[in-house]
Amino acid sequence: MWQRIRLEPSRFALHLAVLLIVAMWTLPTAGLLVSSLRDKNLIATSGWWTALTTTVRSVQTRTKDASAQVEQDGVFVISGNLFDGSEEGTGTVAAFGTRVAKPDEFAPGSTASYDDGRSLTVNADGTYRYTSPVKFEEGRGQRVFFMTSVPPRFTTENYSNVLFSQGIGRAFVNSLTVTIPATIIPILIAAFAAYALAWMKIPARGFMISVVVGLLVVPLQMSLIPLLKLYNASGFLSKTYLGIWLAHTGFGLPFAIYLLRSYIAGLPRDLIESAQVDGANDFKIFRRIILPLSFPALASFAIFQFLWVWNDLLVAIVFLGTEPDKTVLTYQLNSLLGSRGGNWEILTASAFITIIVPLIVFFSLQRYFVRGLLAGSVKGG
Amino acid sequence: MADIKLTNLNKAYGAVHILKDVNLEIRSGEFIVFVGPSGCGKSTLLRSICGLESITSGTLEIDHAVVNEVPPSKRGIAMVFQSYALYPHMSVYENISFALENQGVPRDEIRQRVEKVADMLQLTPYLTRLPKALSGGQRQRVAIGRAIVRGAKVFLFDEPLSNLDAALRVATRMEIAKLKRGMPETTMIYVTHDQVEAMTLADRIVVLQAGRVEQVGTPMELYERPGNLFVAGFIGSPKMNFMTGAPADKMKCKTLGVRPEHLEISARPSPGSMSGKVEYAEILGSDSFVYVATGHGLITARENGRTAVKTGDTVHLTPQAGHVHRFDENGKRIESK
Amino acid sequence: MTMQLFSAFFTVLVGVGGCLAYFWGSNALLDVLLPVSARNDDRSIRNLRLQSTIRPWLFLLPALILLAIYLIYPVFQTLWLSFHDKAGDAFVGLDNYRWAFSDTGFRTSIFNNFLWLLVVPAACTFLGLVIAVLTDRIFWGPVAKSFIFLPMAISFVGASVIWKFVYDYRGEGQEQIGILNAIVEWFGGSPQVWISMPFWNNFFLMVILIWIQTGFATVILGAALRGVPEDTLEAAVIDGAGPFKIFRRIMVPQIMPTIIVVWTTITVLVLKVFDIVLTMTNGQWDTQVLANLMFDWMFRGGGDFGRGAAIAIIIMIAVLPIMVWNIRQANAERKGGH
Ligand SMILES: Nc1ncnc2c1ncn2[C@@H]1O[C@H](COP(=O)(O)OP(=O)(O)OP(=O)(O)O)[C@@H](O)[C@H]1O
Ligand SMILES: [Mg+2]
Repeated sequence: MWQRIRLEPSRFALHLAVLLIVAMWTLPTAGLLVSSLRDKNLIATSGWWTALTTTVRSVQTRTKDASAQVEQDGVFVISGNLFDGSEEGTGTVAAFGTRVAKPDEFAPGSTASYDDGRSLTVNADGTYRYTSPVKFEEGRGQRVFFMTSVPPRFTTENYSNVLFSQGIGRAFVNSLTVTIPATIIPILIAAFAAYALAWMKIPARGFMISVVVGLLVVPLQMSLIPLLKLYNASGFLSKTYLGIWLAHTGFGLPFAIYLLRSYIAGLPRDLIESAQVDGANDFKIFRRIILPLSFPALASFAIFQFLWVWNDLLVAIVFLGTEPDKTVLTYQLNSLLGSRGGNWEILTASAFITIIVPLIVFFSLQRYFVRGLLAGSVKGG
Repeated sequence: MADIKLTNLNKAYGAVHILKDVNLEIRSGEFIVFVGPSGCGKSTLLRSICGLESITSGTLEIDHAVVNEVPPSKRGIAMVFQSYALYPHMSVYENISFALENQGVPRDEIRQRVEKVADMLQLTPYLTRLPKALSGGQRQRVAIGRAIVRGAKVFLFDEPLSNLDAALRVATRMEIAKLKRGMPETTMIYVTHDQVEAMTLADRIVVLQAGRVEQVGTPMELYERPGNLFVAGFIGSPKMNFMTGAPADKMKCKTLGVRPEHLEISARPSPGSMSGKVEYAEILGSDSFVYVATGHGLITARENGRTAVKTGDTVHLTPQAGHVHRFDENGKRIESK
Repeated sequence: MTMQLFSAFFTVLVGVGGCLAYFWGSNALLDVLLPVSARNDDRSIRNLRLQSTIRPWLFLLPALILLAIYLIYPVFQTLWLSFHDKAGDAFVGLDNYRWAFSDTGFRTSIFNNFLWLLVVPAACTFLGLVIAVLTDRIFWGPVAKSFIFLPMAISFVGASVIWKFVYDYRGEGQEQIGILNAIVEWFGGSPQVWISMPFWNNFFLMVILIWIQTGFATVILGAALRGVPEDTLEAAVIDGAGPFKIFRRIMVPQIMPTIIVVWTTITVLVLKVFDIVLTMTNGQWDTQVLANLMFDWMFRGGGDFGRGAAIAIIIMIAVLPIMVWNIRQANAERKGGH
């Protein structure tokens, strides 16, 4: 393979073009991931693409107050480290100043003098010496402005924050509670129906298949009002997990039956007839022959349904409601988007938690996913 | 111990009439072969006997009981499919034992019976393998083993050898013949395209055309006394030569049939001979086929060994006495006294 | 937390177990009620036949009931509601539809939906085709494709957060943290508030769906392109056609059926698009679309089921031709096959 790469201009342009497209497709997600791992102050003040570079930032702090002064050789001295008490912890001082407009007036190691004889010396490591000929009066410390270069720094703090205090952790478990049965139940129901529609002798088979295909494109939104009324009337379904499982099952069934039926109908006829002659009833044929042989199709539908349910917002809002103990990840993220619209550290970390599971599922089972897509689309759906 | 009787059996898919008034009696222990051109309904007939296709009208009896409505698994039959239909995800052992398991046979007995069959078919070393790890011939034997293990009264085969190469086909054909000899009680019905299979295996051959039974008889009966033009043309290779017009008129029939092997080639005319020019001679080694353009069309003659005639030669063909077949205007055979 | 995990686990178990119990139980019950012995007596045979008449319905029943409740009944109920007032009490004839076509919000939505329908399927199909062709010719094509495919796994809400971050705006002079504005500034432009920019903001929302769906188009079209017989391409090369001509005249026509499938699939999706608009703008700044408008009328501010239903029916009418076409395709395929 490697020998075939020749860097003639047109090949080079081809590689470059694809690289560019891939970059365009991955950068938005990369931005999210990188940001979610950055310090919240950094997210708000510098682009995520600078995360790996050392940034220079201006910081404002105060010296210690008068109580820290000591008298040395007739002068009163307050000494300490500028980084104490600042969020940075440690760092290097690139420059400092005494006025907000000029935080980079003095180089580290030099001394800034104030009008009344006070002076301030700041070293590169942040240690300072603030002196005065007369005793410092009581009150807060002197304001100091300095430029510091911040080395790249990553933290998982955003994640622990959203998981435990923004309700994302609970929503994660809720999402799983919704998604797992809402994936398995339709597979079972659809597989049985698909087998019946593919191989069993029943009246109106063709008609039923047409109905399923027709329902493939019915907009989900159509169903919401009638179902909501039905749920409210029934009492036991509204705002319960059972209710949302059944809703996702109902909405997923047309595609599931369609996909599985076309796969199962493609299994060799002889196998099924041979099992019939061998005296297996249809339930046994389904369990022993159809299920094992349909694994690829079952897997690909499972991935579809999993992604669809996990990523769904609409059905969750309508059928599960908005009480905090049942909300799912997408809902939680959407409401954070409303209430914490500017807090990118919360949004990025929450968003990444919501997309990590589908990404894992997707990458580990991509083969089946693609196969299912192809079966579902190329064959005429 | 399983007679099969078909009475006026018809099968139609909607408006398409596939099997037309099939009447057939198969005696217990017989080896019956269905032959006929592609699409004539051989598989459909076999599948109707099996119960995989429902019968549109008429009756099917097995052991004097009408079984039209009996599901396949209750007919006491076993079927070997052309594609073998081995369950790809089950081991050879599981493939063979599946039917017994469905009948609720106890485990120990299943094991005994499977092992016995495996031994008989030399499959013992492969019992734990999956079908995809077997050769074509081994798969074929597993398919047969599946049928044997159930102790079925009737075996149905639908072109079981057509997926094998020529050498394996001959070997497996002989194995099937041996198998049959070992199970004299078992009735076997076998569908094939291959005349050699039909002639060598069959007790009786059923020739089908367009959903009708054309003739039923032993291989030799069909060869020596074909009941009509279709059977005459279908059985035998190369095909029987047919002549109409003057030579037929002379024999007081509409069509005259002579098999290539019953034509003598000579350089000189004799009474009753036809002359013609050799179009082409195929030399196969053991025998040769000579294609002669006569006034009555292209005639094929077969000669043992290597023929001396060459393209362009003029030759004379003489039918052997007693090997001339006469057919009337409906294509029916006219028996000579 | 443990308590919650435990109850979640239990709930899941009950749900899945219940479903399994139905299928195993009902089939076992059938075997018990109509016993079949190993012998071939008449009773066994009759029971076996009865079993095989009943069993398909055991298999189909849950699916049929769910389809009827969740999709078929709602279609008719929505139709009925759309001819009734706010609460569904009084018959109002075509009033809701009349209202819809005179309402400015509805007109904006229709216009926007139309833009979406025009742009998104075309852009996805076109990009998908181009990327499929390009990636097919390089050794790391599969890797490239899976990166482009990746957004398909991301929820619309997740995607909205991702793109909100891309579109983030900081006043001029401040450092931009949204990459788009950073790029604009880097090229010397001034930063924009993308999602409230009249008219064009629609396109910035569409980009999100295009970003999500192009992978789908790439994979499907890539497979179709690989199915184009090699010899037709070779023949074209021998006939002296250049790469563009081969692409346009030989490859594209051969995969036209697949292109249509991709196009219609994305079209159906676009008609249902809801989450992106809800999370990005909630319909503000003239970005409303039908699905979100309907949601507004149904569930917000008291709700007007009649108007919401009328909008739903209008969406339904828009997908109807695709539905009919689908059914005909499927029937043709079934007749041709088995
Ligand atoms: N399900 C069906 N519906 C309609 N027609 C069918 C069906 N199955 C078979 N046929 C038709 O019935 C006829 C007989 O088919 P059958 O398979 O019995 O032929 P065959 O003799 O076995 O041919 P071959 O030697 O090629 O296997 C064919 O013309 C076929 O097209
Ligand atoms: Mg056949």
